[in-house]
Amino acid sequence: MASTDPQESVQELSPLPKVLVPKIPPSFCIIGEEPFTSTKFQYLKAYESPLPLDQFLATHAHSVKAILSTASAPVTADLLQLLPAVRLVVTTSAGLNQIDLPECRRRGIAVANVATVYSADVADLAVGLLIDVLRKISASNRYVKQGNWPTRGDYPLGSKLGGKRVGIVGLGNIGYEVAKRLEAFGCCISYNSRKKKPYVSYPFYENVCELAANCDALIICCGLTDQTRHLINKEVLSALGKKGVIVNIGRGPIIDEKEMVRFLMEGKIAGAGLDVFENEPDVAKEFFALDNVVLSPHCAVFTPESVKDLSELVVGNLEAFFSNKPLLSEYVDE
Amino acid sequence: MESIGVLMTCPPNFPYLVEELEKRFTLYKLQNAPDKTHFINSHKNSIRAVVGNAGFGADAELIDQLPKLEIVSSFSVGLDKVDLPKCKEKRIRVTNTPDVLTNDVADLAIGLMLAVLRRLCESDRYVRSGKWKKGDYKLTTKFTGKSVGIIGLGRIGMAIATRAEAFSCPISYYARTEKPDVKYRYYPSVIELAANCQILVVACALTEETHHIVNREVMNALGPKGVLINIGRGPHVDEPELVSALLEGRLGGAGLDVFEDEPNVPEPLFGLENVVLLPHVGSGTVETRKAMADLVVGNLEAHFFKKPLLTPVV
Repeated sequence: MASTDPQESVQELSPLPKVLVPKIPPSFCIIGEEPFTSTKFQYLKAYESPLPLDQFLATHAHSVKAILSTASAPVTADLLQLLPAVRLVVTTSAGLNQIDLPECRRRGIAVANVATVYSADVADLAVGLLIDVLRKISASNRYVKQGNWPTRGDYPLGSKLGGKRVGIVGLGNIGYEVAKRLEAFGCCISYNSRKKKPYVSYPFYENVCELAANCDALIICCGLTDQTRHLINKEVLSALGKKGVIVNIGRGPIIDEKEMVRFLMEGKIAGAGLDVFENEPDVAKEFFALDNVVLSPHCAVFTPESVKDLSELVVGNLEAFFSNKPLLSEYVDE
Repeated sequence: MESIGVLMTCPPNFPYLVEELEKRFTLYKLQNAPDKTHFINSHKNSIRAVVGNAGFGADAELIDQLPKLEIVSSFSVGLDKVDLPKCKEKRIRVTNTPDVLTNDVADLAIGLMLAVLRRLCESDRYVRSGKWKKGDYKLTTKFTGKSVGIIGLGRIGMAIATRAEAFSCPISYYARTEKPDVKYRYYPSVIELAANCQILVVACALTEETHHIVNREVMNALGPKGVLINIGRGPHVDEPELVSALLEGRLGGAGLDVFEDEPNVPEPLFGLENVVLLPHVGSGTVETRKAMADLVVGNLEAHFFKKPLLTPVV
């Protein structure tokens, strides 16, 4: 039976190793596919095929050695079951929550993450959101642009950043970059992580509630796992208190969003800066009435510089893999 | 000390400052007077001090109307609204509020850089308008590593530099003279500085020499990818030229906390997504305004108790 899939004839002629791309990565749309290509491998773009994924895979499964994963294309146990030749998953997303890591480990499949490619941009956004919330930058810019300064007078005072106690939830690459920046503003850093970090001098709190009770601002920099889902709950928000501020550049579900909205509306916390939400792109409309909340459409990593750096890393990892060299950024769970 | 008259030339908007002054002195609020000239005339013999701020100080005309004036205590660090030579000539002391506001102003400068480059205000607007449901926001520009040029490397300029360094920004500066112990690159003119940096920030004092220090040529040198940040004084920048540079795309963006004619801001800037406009909030935190008020009151008390002034300029 002749195949109706045009990709199949290409594949049979080409000796290049194949990398499955289930869904189009946002970065391909942003800077084009060209920076991600290489003479050493070929992409098998499932999203360009008229066939549904499982049928597409039925035809190509035996040749797929690696998967290019994105946030919208989960790497599940079921998918891996269909691809017995896969030995590597490379992701373009900062988070790894869409990859079944235990299953990869079980099958001996290596995972290459984005390492520090995004860390500076995400850290910059976290700091920007914190300064914005404390100093009311977006709110007072709005005030001026609506013509209110001559008619309504001076804008209400903000709150000083210097000397604030900042609690970092998750002191990984991103958390560390946030801490380093905020130290230059005179903030006192402490943190909570799965484990205390041996070479770090910031005070460690084993429990997020205790961290919140001892800070003026919490910055969520950890990944989303079963353990961190709704980590920031009613108890933590209460401990943070009515002068406390929260910034989230991790994942929406780390915070119990309904509770956070309630706390904000009741004045039980002082403000929030959010790049991520539980149900993107739907954002609770209660936020829109609040001047002490700064909202960002999950774009912490989207600068041309980061996306270019990402393309080099993705190509570097895939080329290393296919020439049996060590990966540039292998994810190893501590 | 209740019999000592203090004239507040700025709007009496900060309750803490007003209360602390009223506890110690007889406070005359010029902005509340229907007829200012008459008001000054009525009280001129009891007014021995003036309290002003960034917007309202003590010019030659006012000083001449107050024969008993001994001290001007400004609720600001900038003294461009105080006639300093006249005060010197008449042996009138002048104090300001340095250091206590340095960090807040520097924090705001970096906040403005991040807000402009990463489009914080615009993307907040994007979410609030419901547009995110229809599509992602566009790319913004990375801040880390961008070169920052500082006009004026005083307290505030240095504080901006140390913060920007934490973002791996290479720092360069212009000042009247090169500073010997400073590791940053010096440029002998503002135009050379502007040509060699991506973010130019105004952090010097406003004097006759620095009026319009950022002019059309400087903005052209900074260029279509360059961003101007002003946390100094409005008159540092040629404002009509700034508006046309932004509208014509000759300048990449601007973050402004100060304007030539506050609280009036050029309306053509309102619709620009590469521009962030703030209502002169550089020192606008509860903590810092209180510290500034304490300095104003402290300086006045020191003067009238014949003790050394806390932060004298003249």
